[in-house]
Amino acid sequence: MSPVRIAFAVTVIASLTLFACSDRAPTSPPVKAPVAGVAPDTGGSARGDLGPPQGAPIVAPLTDAPAVPPPIRRSAPAKVVVNLEVKELEQEIAPGVKYVFWTFGGKVPGKFIRVRQGDTVELHLRNAPDSKMPHNIDLHAVTGPGGGAESSFTAPGHETQFTFKALNQGLFVYHCATAPVGMHIANGMYGLILVEPPEGLPPVDREFYVMQGDFYTQGETGAAGLQPFDMEKAIAEQPTYVLFNGRMGALTGDHALRAKVGERVRIFVGNGGPNLASSFHVIGEIFDRVFTEGGTRFQENVGTTVVPPGGAAIVEFKLEVPGTYTLVDHALFRAFNKGAIGQLQVSGEGNEAVFSHPKSDRDQLGAAPGAGTPGLAAVLPGPSEPNPLDNPNVPRSPLFETPASTKEGTAAQAPQAPKPLSLAEQIEAGRKTFTTTCAACHQANGQGIPGGIPPLAKSDFLMADKRRSIEIVTGGLSGPVMVNGQRYNSVMPPITYLSDAEVANVLTYVRNAFGNKGDPVTPEEVSEVRASRANQGGGRL
Amino acid sequence: MSALALVGMLVVAGAAPSEGMARVGPGRIQPAFQQDRGDGAAGAEIEVPAFLLDRHPVTNAEFLEFVRRHPEWQRGRVSPLFADERYLARWASPLDPGPDAPLRAPVTEVSWFAARAYCKSRGARLPTENEWELAARAGADEPGFTARILAWYAQPTPKVLPEVARGEPNAWGVYDLHGLVWEWVSDFTNALVSGDSRDPGDPDRIQFCGAGALALRDKRDYATFMRVAFRSSLEARYSIANLGFRCARDLP
Repeated sequence: MSPVRIAFAVTVIASLTLFACSDRAPTSPPVKAPVAGVAPDTGGSARGDLGPPQGAPIVAPLTDAPAVPPPIRRSAPAKVVVNLEVKELEQEIAPGVKYVFWTFGGKVPGKFIRVRQGDTVELHLRNAPDSKMPHNIDLHAVTGPGGGAESSFTAPGHETQFTFKALNQGLFVYHCATAPVGMHIANGMYGLILVEPPEGLPPVDREFYVMQGDFYTQGETGAAGLQPFDMEKAIAEQPTYVLFNGRMGALTGDHALRAKVGERVRIFVGNGGPNLASSFHVIGEIFDRVFTEGGTRFQENVGTTVVPPGGAAIVEFKLEVPGTYTLVDHALFRAFNKGAIGQLQVSGEGNEAVFSHPKSDRDQLGAAPGAGTPGLAAVLPGPSEPNPLDNPNVPRSPLFETPASTKEGTAAQAPQAPKPLSLAEQIEAGRKTFTTTCAACHQANGQGIPGGIPPLAKSDFLMADKRRSIEIVTGGLSGPVMVNGQRYNSVMPPITYLSDAEVANVLTYVRNAFGNKGDPVTPEEVSEVRASRANQGGGRL
Repeated sequence: MSALALVGMLVVAGAAPSEGMARVGPGRIQPAFQQDRGDGAAGAEIEVPAFLLDRHPVTNAEFLEFVRRHPEWQRGRVSPLFADERYLARWASPLDPGPDAPLRAPVTEVSWFAARAYCKSRGARLPTENEWELAARAGADEPGFTARILAWYAQPTPKVLPEVARGEPNAWGVYDLHGLVWEWVSDFTNALVSGDSRDPGDPDRIQFCGAGALALRDKRDYATFMRVAFRSSLEARYSIANLGFRCARDLP
């Protein structure tokens, strides 16, 4: 019997013993028996009124994701003023793709609100003068009709306010509840409000705010230009994007969450929906604690937790091993095809006792045990390389640079513009990216899969048009193509998480591997293709 | 043909086809909400008698002329009871629309009181919600009708609004009912006060979330739903950057 099982058995025996020793009558329903390790309940809203607010009103500090306002150190209830402004604005939803978001505070998700149980919250909702729509707010932390929606119905250019006492502790979603509600939420109108218990949450080293949402654009996933909302897809619950923090790439590359080995991390996870439940998972980590559904009780030792639309969860875990950990909705086509992917980059000393693998395997795809499935490793840069920085031969664009302060033995240094690489350096760097990103489909030898995936080796299609090859890597390709006299008809998704330099390098590599010979691709050429795609198509109505 | 001839008699002789008023209706519209008032008429179609409607929204030039003649409606003079602080805020000065309010663009940031006074000065009135909806429903059977409207609703308001009557008129000969500005109707508070008569204590019940969705007659008619929501958010003194108006008149 493993130690874990023994411990489990002991716990079960202990609880049975307690039950047996209780002096309840044997006919008592077992559910009422005290269970070892379970604290008495918090009393819910009945115990949430901690008296009148004390001291001067406090203006709540609000943060944009992934930042979280600091913990509350008060020991008495206060009046807390929350100022939210609704803004409708055009922003990037994916590289080269624009969308008109409706937001609480200018970003998706909306501002993070942090109050203490028993606080009296005075919520001011402003609707920007140039808004097209009236808006309101329904906070799931509110005890009262509509969660505040009826009191906060606000025409463009106007302001409303209402006051509520935060009676229940927990992590709650707020959202716009103006008709048609589904559309307001699909456009990004949601955020999180944390009602801390009076004693506060246990201290951790880092707190993050991550919120999932599903989006419905008229164009296909990755289709460039300004994309209008597609009501039919929303009703059919077939999103074109499923995103963390409102943008493809909001939490990857240089936007990745960052932490250090030895730290304890807490993520406030929300799901705005409107339609899809999230199977939230961090590849390569185990949640030590999950406060399921944002409530008071925690579950321990969880791999994947469900976060429903309109719901939340608090996950906590300690970091033992450096590397890149990937946040996903484990309904994986959402992650790899629709954007529900983020990264937590963990720097620090390795811990061979916890995780190790032979150096020689480092460049092999998915060879690292425990690094997720090989299939995942093939799609993502990251888990198969514990730390991008411990291989100095891998040039990284700013997108994947770990902050200088985390480099062992070096003082903090200012970020530098990447130096242009030589052809040989580009080919070498591109080879690594090819291995982690492209080889799963195009094969390590560039031969593709007959009838399915076109070859890159001696490919007339590839070598005929350099610009087109950049467009395909950054924008994807679907539909029939002729390659070396064979017809292929399949789909390649846009590889949106690669930086301009990484796209340049990997194309330079394939243009000079497998018997190909071609001139290099520069990051500037990639940048230009992306910019021109962003400027074309999808004009406003 | 006869309708066209009639309209021809009513518009100012020699005016462009986008000027003057167009005859709209009679027609029937489905109410947006199917509230059961206990009279067996839930969801029944509403008769809308024929009426005249401005072919395009009132422009800054037209409203400028109005405030010249009626100084009590100039910015700075109007009572705060009848217009909030954003009244004509886009205009450069009380008698100069300026570069952000081109003369041929629709006037916005006018309160319901001001819009009503303007129409009255012309011997006209604001259209009712049912009249406006009847006029705006022309072409609703064409594919993409709702999607085009929703696409406009989803766009933030530009700093400078485009001119009126740039596109094509609808089947009634009316321009810009969709895609330019929201418009006042005379009974914009309808959604607020028409709650189920057996439930007078909760007049907001159709506005929000679940209740609204349940009562909506056509669950896919999001465009109408959004207009109702917008009107419900208004107060008569509000002046809003994308809210204009046009006038209507009974048939002579």
